[in-house]
Amino acid sequence: MAPVLEVRDLTVVFDTDAGPLAAVNGVSLSVGRGEVLGVVGESGSGKSVTGLALLGLVDPPGRIAGGSILFEGEDLVGRSEHEMRRLRGARIAMIFQDPMSTLHPVLRIDTQMIEAIEAHESVAPAVARGRALAALERVGIPSAAERLAAYPHQFSGGMRQRVAIATALLNRPALLVADEPTTALDVTIQAQILAEMQALQAETGTALIWITHDLSVVSGLADRVAVMYGGRIVETGPVAAVIERPVHPYTAGLIGSVPSRNRRGVPLAQIRGHAPALAQMPPGCPFHPRCERASALCARTMPSAASYGPAHEAACHHPLALPEAA
Amino acid sequence: MSAPALALDGVSRRFVKPLDLAERAANLLGAGRRAQVVRAVDGVSLDVAPGEVLGLVGESGCGKSTLARIASGIMEPSEGAVRIEGANRAGLGREARRRADLAVQMVFQDPMGSLNPRMRAGDIIGEAPLVHGIVGRGELADYVAGQMRLVGLDPALRDRYPHQFSGGQRARIGIARALAVKPTILVCDEATAALDVSIQAQVLNLFAELRRSLGLTLLFVSHDLGVVEHISDRVAVMYLGRIVEEATTDALFARPNHPYTQALLAEVPRLEARKRRFSALKGELPSPLAPPPGCHFHPRCPHAFDRCRIERPALREVAPGQRAACHLNDEATRSSSRA
Repeated sequence: MAPVLEVRDLTVVFDTDAGPLAAVNGVSLSVGRGEVLGVVGESGSGKSVTGLALLGLVDPPGRIAGGSILFEGEDLVGRSEHEMRRLRGARIAMIFQDPMSTLHPVLRIDTQMIEAIEAHESVAPAVARGRALAALERVGIPSAAERLAAYPHQFSGGMRQRVAIATALLNRPALLVADEPTTALDVTIQAQILAEMQALQAETGTALIWITHDLSVVSGLADRVAVMYGGRIVETGPVAAVIERPVHPYTAGLIGSVPSRNRRGVPLAQIRGHAPALAQMPPGCPFHPRCERASALCARTMPSAASYGPAHEAACHHPLALPEAA
Repeated sequence: MSAPALALDGVSRRFVKPLDLAERAANLLGAGRRAQVVRAVDGVSLDVAPGEVLGLVGESGCGKSTLARIASGIMEPSEGAVRIEGANRAGLGREARRRADLAVQMVFQDPMGSLNPRMRAGDIIGEAPLVHGIVGRGELADYVAGQMRLVGLDPALRDRYPHQFSGGQRARIGIARALAVKPTILVCDEATAALDVSIQAQVLNLFAELRRSLGLTLLFVSHDLGVVEHISDRVAVMYLGRIVEEATTDALFARPNHPYTQALLAEVPRLEARKRRFSALKGELPSPLAPPPGCHFHPRCPHAFDRCRIERPALREVAPGQRAACHLNDEATRSSSRA
């Protein structure tokens, strides 16, 4: 079965006085129906820009400079804004870290949700209202019928994020891109949202791209994970393979940085230095200034991806495991 | 045993929103409106032994930041006492109070919000020790350089402004500033929450190292159970202004007693190699303006019974070194003594 989304060599640049800077540099990824792809990276890794590019939401000075975004077999790169508007909110939807940036502060929830349905389909108001109600109930909002008439500020942070999720799922999209949707939430609320996301996905079969800085969230939720650094995917593979047998030193460093019970009292395996700014992206492998295994080669050329197991790839000159024979 | 480095003794903090003009006018007509009171911290007692790291965890709005501010002396408690090395802070004379205040320093979450953007890093770190006479003007440059090296900053960067540093470096400046007045106790309020994972690991390692080399006592406030588990000797769990459980880190994570602690631990995302099914604690954190009566946790608790809705459970020892505030523990003893 063809994947819902297949991205090949996507490059997004920002035009600056110093010339174009690549925030996303040759990213390839795919996600199938009912699948969850976790995209993990720290600030400045290009993970959010990748997510925005999928929906055609990169605004100037940013632009897609190369590559293709095949969604249900058709390339989205170069589509007009009008065409993208018809897709967004219908076939592809997005949720953000801060639901207040999605919800209109002075419109009632029902107004906003019904509008989202009517923008893509001509249905009777009563039908649209019924669907909005059902969507709120599905994401676990208590007394949904009354809450429909409420304003966004009358909800708590967790409830607001649920409203944003319900709105995103209104038109049963084939693909949902979620950018750090639980980062601002408390643990117990995050767990509620993750539980509901899993249930919803099992029910609707929506392909899900979950963008986060938190490897622990992704490890429990995703089927596959892509680790980004300096605008590139440095390692990708099934969650079990990447977590248990990381190949790229950055992935291994990230895993070692996660504080947990079995390492109490022992120093965390930290990564030295900090992530480079876009304007100071080092040549060669972007990770080499922080990498313990870096050599002169790493400072010169960007390594190409090699295979380390079924669907497990990494781009490193000095990987922690031997690549499979091609 | 020596006195705890830091002791909170029945500490409470209330915030009152006074009636506005319209409400007072309404009261003249007999509306009977009352000022809204939030008990952000409600009768908390905690001891931190010298050289110990006590982790304080809770969700947003539970009062952990207010408690951190009270412990560090930035905020006065409405009730109760804060004892620094055995001495009640409120009862100290001027000079003793100044020393006690210097002994407890705070490290904040947002380095950008807590560092003056128009001061150079070296001045941020050097200002307080100079003002308090810890170093003279002549030795200040060397002293600041030493403090910067202590937290892993290059002293050559002393003339830069906060915005010229990365997030991790700013966190180090915040730590250096706190350490510059030679405190014995650090209160860290979400000190690593704004950092990327790889940077957070660096800062956590720094805390561990400083604690060893300087013999610091730490009150480490965080919402992140993984961080708290990694760094703490003991952990206290806070819910809506009250401590619901307190135990050694090993005991708390191996045998959580309070249903809230159990739920928190069950839901913390862990690095694991396969998909898990997330289950969810029902309901939301109630508003601190109108906390539920009895045990604050009862509306979300799967084991709540009648008594929980009426009577506030007291913190009681449930195992050596482990205290919890839950009526279920009484039920357990009662039924076992009956048997």
